[in-house]
Amino acid sequence: MKPINNMAWFLVLPVVLCVAFSAVIPLMTVVNYSVQDILGPDQKVFVGMEWFKATMRDPELHGALIRQLIFTGTVLTIEIPLGILLALSLPASGWRSSLALVLLAMPLLIPQNVVGTIWQIFGRSDIGLAGVAVNAMGISYNYTNSSLDAWLTVVIMDVWHWTPLIALLAFAGLRAIPEAYYQAARIDGASRLAVFRYIQLPKMSGVLLIGLLLRFMDSFMIYTEPFVLTGGGPGNATTFLSQYLTQKAVGQFDLGPAAAFSLIYFLIILLACFLFYTFLQQNQQSTDKSTGSGS
Amino acid sequence: MARIELAGLGHRYAGNKDYSLQPQSMVWEDSGAYALLGPSGCGKTTLLNIISGLLVPSEGRVLFDGKDVTTLPPEKRNIAQVFQFPVIYDTMTVFDNLAFPLRNRKMREPEVRSRVQEIAEMLDLSGSLSRRAKGLSAEEKQIISLGRGLVRKDVAAVLFDEPLTVIDPHVKWLLRRQIKRIHNQLKLSLIYVTHDQIEALTFADQVVVMYNGEVVQMGSPQDLFETPAHTFVGHFIGSPGMNLLPCKADGDRLWLGEQSLALPPALAKTLGGIAKPLTLGVRPELVQVAAEGEAFDTEVLRMEDLGTVKILTARLGGELIKAKLGEHDTVVTARTRLRFVPERTMFYADGHRVA
Repeated sequence: MKPINNMAWFLVLPVVLCVAFSAVIPLMTVVNYSVQDILGPDQKVFVGMEWFKATMRDPELHGALIRQLIFTGTVLTIEIPLGILLALSLPASGWRSSLALVLLAMPLLIPQNVVGTIWQIFGRSDIGLAGVAVNAMGISYNYTNSSLDAWLTVVIMDVWHWTPLIALLAFAGLRAIPEAYYQAARIDGASRLAVFRYIQLPKMSGVLLIGLLLRFMDSFMIYTEPFVLTGGGPGNATTFLSQYLTQKAVGQFDLGPAAAFSLIYFLIILLACFLFYTFLQQNQQSTDKSTGSGS
Repeated sequence: MARIELAGLGHRYAGNKDYSLQPQSMVWEDSGAYALLGPSGCGKTTLLNIISGLLVPSEGRVLFDGKDVTTLPPEKRNIAQVFQFPVIYDTMTVFDNLAFPLRNRKMREPEVRSRVQEIAEMLDLSGSLSRRAKGLSAEEKQIISLGRGLVRKDVAAVLFDEPLTVIDPHVKWLLRRQIKRIHNQLKLSLIYVTHDQIEALTFADQVVVMYNGEVVQMGSPQDLFETPAHTFVGHFIGSPGMNLLPCKADGDRLWLGEQSLALPPALAKTLGGIAKPLTLGVRPELVQVAAEGEAFDTEVLRMEDLGTVKILTARLGGELIKAKLGEHDTVVTARTRLRFVPERTMFYADGHRVA
């Protein structure tokens, strides 16, 4: 039998420390907060699952969650088809293609808070180009006091900011389709729609799924842009989950409920990512099977 | 079924001043099995895409049974094409794949069903009709691609663009035999593009050899072997390829380097009238060791024994000559005299055969 040297454990110590300080300890602190009522630095009362129960029953949280789901659903239903449409209409090659790609990628290079600021000014009904223009057309528009206008502005901003990501991914997927597929489809007499449905969409599905996952996570955790643009208002019309959480934790210093809430939030995202991941894996496996057999 | 005629057909890709396909005319007879043979980049695929309509030629016309189809799109031409890499509609079943061209043409569903069944039977696909096409092997996918071409009753010709490239070697011959069988059964016109001479010679009744965008010879495998019309054909077909030696005709004598032979008067007259540099071509099979009579004196370099044949490599002047000798022939000396079978020796000027 080989001698066992327990000193070897020290070799993994750096990693253990790193992970502990960057993930495990903060997470456990949150778990710790979530089961206590913290009245002051030295006054803590163990309350068990009380905060979780309260959080689940919190009508404000329900509102934020519903708004969050509507927001994420809306931007996904706009961005994915629009991104595909953009990718399909981009020039396939040559300098026009490069130019279009660079222009398209621009919004992706702008930091979130700058995007928020751009749209905050752009949409202002007194000095903003878009705000003034819309009002000049006789449509009353003011995102600071109309919930609908605020919603529209936030959604349009997100679409402007993130549709290019989907378009670029879809474009990459399209470019990977061999020319022979299009030629075969022409010989088979396929319509434009059939080409999209049976060739382009299946071949793009891999990258689109990744795009969907990225956009889901990002939009579900959106914070900076609405914070800069509307500050969650008017009222709490555009207060989404992360903003609500920040209000609770940093604004009101309700550490217990905020901790319980962030754990639930974390679990929702984890669950969604797990579902996506499983789906992706399955998709990948069936692709491997078909390409692994010599093609 | 159709007779395909190319009239003055040539093609230059946009922005390119050199021809990818030299202007030329030719006829492909109905229900023939043709192989289009040539090295990569010689214009085979360009020619094929023009016939199928994927490409509109920059000049000349394409006629199917005398009808001008030059500008007709592929879906209106009744052409089926099988590509180098199998094209399959991943999300569909095998049945739907085969039915796709029919459904696109708005055929009624009961007819689609019976037609697909019929073709599936022919291609031994009946058992896997309900399977998803995605998980199939490369050769099965190629068969389905072929099937998608064959389901249309009116198909005039089936074009194959190096269809066996991605197929495992041990199933290549199976697939090739299946294609051949279907050809015999349906009497379809087949055009089969390949750069593999064995594939071309075993598959086709007529082989069309292309070189540098030009069809240099169209003929049976035997023609290609016995009377290559171009030095490229001589060199490309056969193993080893034809011996090609620069030569000079001077009056009634033929000079190869420092040595000369008498020429028959008729040949001397033909060759004498050609100003361009001449090349003599002779198959290694037709180079013989001569004990006496008129022959060239050569220096023996090496002898390779391939079992049933021996390949002799000898030097004549600055050129190498290969000769295919029988199993029992032996050359032991350092020099030997070689003769070329006179009536089977060809002469070329500028690559093209002159005598």
